[in-house]
Amino acid sequence: MAKKVKFKLDGREIEADEGRLVIDAAKDAGVNIPHYCYHPALGNPGNCRMCIVEVAGAPKPQVSCRTSVREGLDVKTASDAVKRAQASALELHLVNHPLDCPVCDQSGECGLQNYYMEIGQYQSSVREDKQHKDKRIEAGPHVMLDQERCILCTRCTRFVDNVTQTHELGVFRRGHTERLELTPGLILDNAYSGNVVDICPVGALTDRDFRYKVRVWYLDQTDSICPGCSRGCNISVHTNTQRPWHNDGKRVARLKPRHNHEVNGYWMCDEGRYNTGSLDLGRLGRVLRLSPQKQDVSWEAAASEIGAKLRDGGVAFVASGMLSNEDWAAAKELFAGAKFYFSAQPDQIGEEDALLRRREKVPNLKGAEALGLSSGTFDELAKDLEAGKVRALYVVERDLAKIWGVERAKSLLSKAAFRVFQGPNKVELSESYDFRLPATAYVEEEGHFTNFEGIVQAYCKALEPIGEARPDWDIFRLLATAKSGAAAEVAA
Amino acid sequence: MTKILTKHFDEPKLHELETYKRLDGYKGLEKALTLAPAEVTAEVLKSNLRGLGGAGFPTGAKWGTVPPVDKVPGPRYVVVNADESEPGCFKDRVLLTRAPHQLIEGLLIAAHAIGAKEAFIFVRGEYQNQYDIIEKAVKEAEAAGYTKHAKLMLMRGAGAYISGLDTALLETMEGKKAWPRQPPPFPTVAGLMAKPTVVNNVETLSMLPFILREGGEAFAKIGSAKNGGTVVFSVSGHVEKPGIYEVPMGSKLRDVLTLAGGVRKGHTLKCVIPGGTSMPPLMEKDLDLALDFDQIRAAGTFLGAGGMIVLDETADAVAVAHNIERFLTHESCGQCTPCREGSYWNEEILERMLHGKGTPEDVPNMTRIGENITGKVICALGDTVGMVTRAYIQRFPEDFKKRISDGQKS
Ligand SMILES: Cc1cc2nc3c(=O)[nH]c(=O)nc-3n(C[C@H](O)[C@H](O)[C@H](O)COP(=O)(O)O)c2cc1C
Ligand code: SF4
Ligand code: SF4
Ligand code: FES
Repeated sequence: MAKKVKFKLDGREIEADEGRLVIDAAKDAGVNIPHYCYHPALGNPGNCRMCIVEVAGAPKPQVSCRTSVREGLDVKTASDAVKRAQASALELHLVNHPLDCPVCDQSGECGLQNYYMEIGQYQSSVREDKQHKDKRIEAGPHVMLDQERCILCTRCTRFVDNVTQTHELGVFRRGHTERLELTPGLILDNAYSGNVVDICPVGALTDRDFRYKVRVWYLDQTDSICPGCSRGCNISVHTNTQRPWHNDGKRVARLKPRHNHEVNGYWMCDEGRYNTGSLDLGRLGRVLRLSPQKQDVSWEAAASEIGAKLRDGGVAFVASGMLSNEDWAAAKELFAGAKFYFSAQPDQIGEEDALLRRREKVPNLKGAEALGLSSGTFDELAKDLEAGKVRALYVVERDLAKIWGVERAKSLLSKAAFRVFQGPNKVELSESYDFRLPATAYVEEEGHFTNFEGIVQAYCKALEPIGEARPDWDIFRLLATAKSGAAAEVAA
Repeated sequence: MTKILTKHFDEPKLHELETYKRLDGYKGLEKALTLAPAEVTAEVLKSNLRGLGGAGFPTGAKWGTVPPVDKVPGPRYVVVNADESEPGCFKDRVLLTRAPHQLIEGLLIAAHAIGAKEAFIFVRGEYQNQYDIIEKAVKEAEAAGYTKHAKLMLMRGAGAYISGLDTALLETMEGKKAWPRQPPPFPTVAGLMAKPTVVNNVETLSMLPFILREGGEAFAKIGSAKNGGTVVFSVSGHVEKPGIYEVPMGSKLRDVLTLAGGVRKGHTLKCVIPGGTSMPPLMEKDLDLALDFDQIRAAGTFLGAGGMIVLDETADAVAVAHNIERFLTHESCGQCTPCREGSYWNEEILERMLHGKGTPEDVPNMTRIGENITGKVICALGDTVGMVTRAYIQRFPEDFKKRISDGQKS
């Protein structure tokens, strides 16, 4: 435990840990000191000079990102001299900045714009020509680089040097000719490349898949959890519903990591970040009976029919770690006595590393485990199907063709007398069931995932469901009522 | 006048060990090796030797901040800063060429004083000739058995002024871009490879043989208060006899000019840049100023590294300021924004003025820009960027006015 000391911040007496950076201690106390280069996870090179403050007794202004709190320190963050120094640091950042805000994706969330409104608001006195640099560099599969907009804060280079240790970016040349460039022979293609876009305080590094899609001020933000793997990175879902004709009609415009010291720090991986494209592809929105012929039915009708079929034995329940804790609890109740199959198969297994990525590419196997559920193997399921031991097969959000191959899956499916598919999106063979029920995607519901370390995390509803879709747990409840109702009827 | 470093410069073969030894060479080192390291440092403290690389930091005090080996075990290093790149400075070049053993002896004394088993000589990339000379001298010193307590190693710069700044130099030596570090920690605590490191200038270290041989007090007596010994000025510009001149610390500006033959015939003095182009100029009224690190401050400038540039009335302050700012813009390392962008901006304005396109707003604007740079950047190069134009505006406002009005007429 660090020692607590008292220091003065704009005349206020503040208590803070000795040695804490003034910029952080001020933030804790509600005072946001302008800054570009400092990032709590990437260090304090002190190169932007934006965070300048006055320290009593110091011969010249100090940068608060490199000044530590000590007993009796007296800091001024808003004196006229400080305001002038900060405005001038901003002015100097803009001497060679192209000011192409109207065509810049960062516009609306740009450190230059924001500080201009907060601490700038001066009349420009730059009469000289600006320097020109390269404005369109495809830095990697996900990231575009505009060198003219870069303020050379080195956040991104510190990220690739210290976090991913892949060194794809560097500051080359010297003085005013300096520019951010790809390291010769490399491209920015690592598993976490998208994070440089988040940490870039300006529009120098932008997402290729977000480029020119939608202005950021039309986006809504919702706290969520990335479902991409069992790490459960905290994210913010940025949705575009105010201008549905933007972003090629896609409702989720982008995902951004949300800071959580315990789970993901400031980062998320590219796999998680860029897998939003398929979210609205082949969405299921109608409650359908598929046999003997395709027919819209009401939730109630479907529920009473399916509920009745689930009363007897021979039920197999296939799901995945995509289910929330609430879904698992409802499934446990509804499918009591049934065999469960939800383990991650090769289609849900991928690369892992020491930073964030986990091998199993679903968020919530741990939630099932916590409820005492365990998964049978898919070989057993196949055997039981072959042997005619499975009367009713209930599949949630799982593509059997990816597990068994199309032909085998088709033949195995045909062995069950009654089959239900439930999920947000179409999958291969989702026509080969007796019922198809539309479920919400994780962005359309709220719930909890339990990550691989057992941390339970909430995600919130960012969008309205498509069509008649309901959360999985809600469907299970509906069926449970129908099932017991049906049972009661029979008993009567 | 008393000379220490250049005393034997009449000897044509001073750069060879045999000649150097004949002239009391390596006696200082021999003496030092009979003393405990702390005693050597004490002697240097007594001498009032100041760092001659530009900052004038007391050398003995600097060494004193190196943590002792029993407190912080592990390697420690001495580095000779032979990156001399300040426009107007060429004294290290001459010292390297003519008296390499004097430097090597000083370096070996310093290594003993701080307990360094390895010592580096970092030579400016363009000083190929000097590198060859020093390399040869190092071999001679090794063969003669002087390097038993410390191994000498040579390194070359790649041609950046900023590499002369001690912390940037250490980055360069580590194979990185020459971006200055921001102390603390200071190099004496965490320098090369984060080990305690003393960086000293060629001239500073070259003083040590004398100090050890003759004693710190004898050295202190030669100079002025708190400024021991001599200083070597590189005098250039509008003088009759440009060259290097060694004078006791505290000598008058007038006397140095006289040594250099005075302002060229038929011309009058405009100003004197005392320590290299980064330093604001001295004026005619300052001719009787005593030149040492402390007294020169009264005239609002610095002794720097003794690169004295004399300018006569033909020099135009706008052109001079532009020339210096252009250099600084070219040499700014680019790490911090005010220096990187401000140097460029300032230079562009001056350039526009030179082309007759100046406006009356430019002068207050450059003053404002300068104020916003100096004291708000990472290193002293940036401080200079913000200082130079302001210094010339302040001393020669007429030159700026004339440029602007001449431009408006045409
Ligand atoms: C921009 C800049 C350039 C410098 N260049 C040199 C140089 O070329 N040689 C040098 O000895 N010191 C140079 N210095 C000073 C060094 O940082 C350092 O103070 C010096 O080498 C220490 O040696 P001293 O104590 O013997 O003077 C420079 C300083 C600055 C700010
Ligand atoms: S690209 Fe962005 S993050 Fe990288 S140095 Fe430039 S401004 Fe900073
Ligand atoms: S002041 Fe200039 S030279 Fe010094 S670190 Fe900043 S940019 Fe580099
Ligand atoms: S945030 Fe402190 S200097 Fe950049």
